[in-house]
Amino acid sequence: MGGIRAAGDLVARMQLKKMRIHEAKKYVADKLHVTPLDLSDPTLMRGLREELDIGIVTGVPGVAKGIAAKANISKLLDIEINSVEQFKKKTGLHW
Amino acid sequence: MTKILTRMGDSSNVELTMDELRAEFITGSEEAAQKAKIPALTENEIDYLVDMFAAPTRIWGVQRGNEVVMTKDGCVNALNSSRVSSGVTAPVNREVGVRLFESMLGFDSMEVSHNDYSVKPQRFLKALEQLHVEILMETTIFPLLYGFMPNLGLYFRPDGSFENPSDLLPLGKIKEAREAQEAAGQACLDDCIEMSDCMVEMGADGIDFDTVASTGDGEFHAVLKACEHVAKDTGLPVEIGMSAEMVLGFHGQLEYNGKRLAGMWPHEQLQVCEEAGCAIFGPVSNTNTRKTTPWNLGKALTFVKACTEIAKIPIHPNVGMGVGGVPMFETPAVDVVTRCSAAMIEIGKADGL
Repeated sequence: MGGIRAAGDLVARMQLKKMRIHEAKKYVADKLHVTPLDLSDPTLMRGLREELDIGIVTGVPGVAKGIAAKANISKLLDIEINSVEQFKKKTGLHW
Repeated sequence: MTKILTRMGDSSNVELTMDELRAEFITGSEEAAQKAKIPALTENEIDYLVDMFAAPTRIWGVQRGNEVVMTKDGCVNALNSSRVSSGVTAPVNREVGVRLFESMLGFDSMEVSHNDYSVKPQRFLKALEQLHVEILMETTIFPLLYGFMPNLGLYFRPDGSFENPSDLLPLGKIKEAREAQEAAGQACLDDCIEMSDCMVEMGADGIDFDTVASTGDGEFHAVLKACEHVAKDTGLPVEIGMSAEMVLGFHGQLEYNGKRLAGMWPHEQLQVCEEAGCAIFGPVSNTNTRKTTPWNLGKALTFVKACTEIAKIPIHPNVGMGVGGVPMFETPAVDVVTRCSAAMIEIGKADGL
């Protein structure tokens, strides 16, 4: 699906929760307020990802990267992401 | 008469007439249907495949909107390993490689593993494996699974400490061969659990057991037990990618939840994997190098369809060198790789690759 160029990483996260492809796409699309078709569109997703601050594929200063982007993905998709939870434990940060 | 240029299972070119092309898909599908006692491809599905292979375009793709996600095995071996993994020996370490797969190659997810890829040697590098996963989890965005091959074969002599069933069976020592597999299977299970558990605190998004049952039912049994532990005790998702279309019965009597593992076909493998708590299942259809790609693809799609029709979890069929209809050759040709991949989604109804 294009990974973080589009929304492939988000759909993959929902598949790890045992959702089949159509269910996973619908879940992510609903959270992002787009259609399932939009999730594979690198043009639409490039702008939307920056707006939501969930990590983008090109290098832009100040945009969330790595664990910061995943923390925002965790909130957006309303799921626990293991590395984000481990980061909270290590830093004592909670949100 | 129109000739269609396609490939054999060893990737060499072959020309087929339209009738021959259709017959290849049908006989390949019937091969799988007869072996696994599952339905063959329908006439409409064969029509789609014939049209796809008859098209003169170099590559093929799915309809827009039908894209699926990809999971990956073998970490960055395609970048920095040898020809065995279609590797180009690029001077790139695994941390850089994973970042490249995320950004330049746009992968949906990635697997982190050691170049050797078997759990037994990876266990000796446990701290290093943990550190690299831990660092990557803080610097990447896409889901990262930690992975390895259980590779039960490494536990037998001369590589390991257990008596080799391949030595015992020709001597008629069936009981001893079974006992050796059960003991080695327990050691393999312990290693799988150790290397999975240690990745929880590193922040891994899941565990990938890859090339499963390469040493038959004993290995499959160990993996199902390991999956059960990881899924239920740690909560981490598990992906199980198989090694072959049928589980070989080196032991012959091992069962999981009352089901005999030896001789299981993909749709049966799926069901025990689901029972073990697996999150994503990767069925395999092995490529026959003496048959055509259409024949191999017809067989692979039949196996995959039987899985996707009953699956409760996502199905990611293996579509790489030597599996899923793709020819067995170290530089796979895009004309058949793209067609096999697209067919897995449009006809096989795969949730991912």
